[in-house]
Amino acid sequence: MANFQNVGDFQTAQTLETFGFLPKMSQDEIHEQITYIIAQGWTPAIEHEHPSRAFNHYWTMWKLPFFGEQNLARVVEEMEACHRAYPDHHIRLLGYDNYTQSQGAAFVVYEGRG
Amino acid sequence: MSVKSYAAGVKEYREMYWTPDYVPLDTDLLACFKVTGQPGVPREEVAAAVAAESSTGTWSTVWSELLTDLEYYKGRAYRIEDVPGDSESFYAFVAYPIDLFEEGSVVNVLTSLVGNVFGFKALKHLRLEDIRFPIAYIKTCMGPPSGIQVERDKMNKYGRPLLGCTIKPKLGLSAKNYGRAVYECLRGGLDFTKDDENVNSQPFMRWQNRFEFVAEAVLKAQEETGERKGHYLNVTAPDAEQMIERAEFAKELGMPIIMHDFLTGGFTANTSLAKWCRKNGLLLHIHRAMHAVIDRHPKHGIHFRVLAKCLRLSGGDHLHTGTVVGKLEGDRASTLGFVDQLRESFIPEDRSRGVFFDQDWGSMPGVFAVASGGIHVWHMPALVTIFGDDSVLQFGGGTQGHPWGNAAGAAANRVALEASVKARNQGREIEKEARDILTEAAKNSPELAVAMETWKEIKFEFETVDKLDVG
Repeated sequence: MANFQNVGDFQTAQTLETFGFLPKMSQDEIHEQITYIIAQGWTPAIEHEHPSRAFNHYWTMWKLPFFGEQNLARVVEEMEACHRAYPDHHIRLLGYDNYTQSQGAAFVVYEGRG
Repeated sequence: MSVKSYAAGVKEYREMYWTPDYVPLDTDLLACFKVTGQPGVPREEVAAAVAAESSTGTWSTVWSELLTDLEYYKGRAYRIEDVPGDSESFYAFVAYPIDLFEEGSVVNVLTSLVGNVFGFKALKHLRLEDIRFPIAYIKTCMGPPSGIQVERDKMNKYGRPLLGCTIKPKLGLSAKNYGRAVYECLRGGLDFTKDDENVNSQPFMRWQNRFEFVAEAVLKAQEETGERKGHYLNVTAPDAEQMIERAEFAKELGMPIIMHDFLTGGFTANTSLAKWCRKNGLLLHIHRAMHAVIDRHPKHGIHFRVLAKCLRLSGGDHLHTGTVVGKLEGDRASTLGFVDQLRESFIPEDRSRGVFFDQDWGSMPGVFAVASGGIHVWHMPALVTIFGDDSVLQFGGGTQGHPWGNAAGAAANRVALEASVKARNQGREIEKEARDILTEAAKNSPELAVAMETWKEIKFEFETVDKLDVG
């Protein structure tokens, strides 16, 4: 019957919602996702938070959402600046969709050290 | 004011109810019926009979008609169309004045439109294909307690479809073992688990016990994963008082979502529960047991797009819609036609999707489309393409049938979903490239690799019974 040597053990992981189950994205892959956000007409925005408070709905905003920003490089610069300022924090990128009044995308790009 | 006199007797329906020159008002409720008359009865007479019997009419003239203005209150058959590829049936379009219906009551609308008329002898078959609810009527209904946008914010889920799983076996588990199955699915990466529709409060698992064990499972998984989780606690009950009692207990336990079966439970119960959910801040998942009895026959009954519209009015945050790709009935174009009715604010007439009228929902919140039944990881890229982000992809065997158990099955689902979304955002054609995308993702996920091996042979390819009418 069952051969338990072939059954794997699944370890519960702390994950941070969308894309939390994929391997860490490369710079290029992150850029592709930002390009998608811009192409949808959404407003890119950056939030950061200490890992101990990551479960809260609200993370701290980095500056303001980048209204009207079409330039990928500018968003990437801000993301890196945020990371330099808060090296221990999780940093997530979102795309505000003002039509649905929701976020069309949100995913963590830097994981802080808990 | 015209003067009428009373003449007893039986009139032909078309004298009064067939009005081909009528231009429907924006406030009229419009209906499209697929009508199959008894042989030899003229179409206009049958269409008029449908309009009459679903509104003011009765078979014989009565004197008390003259005490009111039936010209104002009557339903009117205003158009007849051929059904493409079908010489036996035709479409009859009927306009009903808004004052025929109590405000905020889909119950009243259905009682009129699909009441006695369906047993009418002059008809062989009758099917209600679509209803155009005027925006004036929609504004009298509360609709979904939360809706898509609020649910995303509460649950912190953005940029992807949500993942669910129905706990199996459907019946017979003890409450503690059931909670175990829930916990395993949720810790593995699903957003939601679900009571099966027939799990209510049976001798093997009473509802209080189930709710308590499930609540512990949800809270533990939430704490350990750092993600927000829920389980659709089925509050469908023998009577409305017990239904509300169960809902109250779910709230007391801090649970974010409950569920109801809107057809077997009934629209009155459903609307009450939706209002309770709005007031108490719980999400409401809606199952649709019994729908196929009503909607599957292509010539008789009510099309599911009508039931879906009625549910959006009655209230629910999720509604099952079929999967297009799984084990249950569902034609792709037709399914997308009613998925739009759940989620969008305006849907234009589109016969290629079975949408007979423009439908304006105004500001009514949208309902998540739930794709459930016989789906597994191989279907994921197709499901993401078909249903888009505002859906709940709901597995059963496709999570719990994983050789390593529920948690690994859940992780496989989650990895497959995220890989599909990521690839879509990169501009890849994920349905065509499904195999490559999943194979790549499986390199980093042994759980997905095992799932792909397990389900590689399963297909559900039967002809759809109820197809859209095309020539």
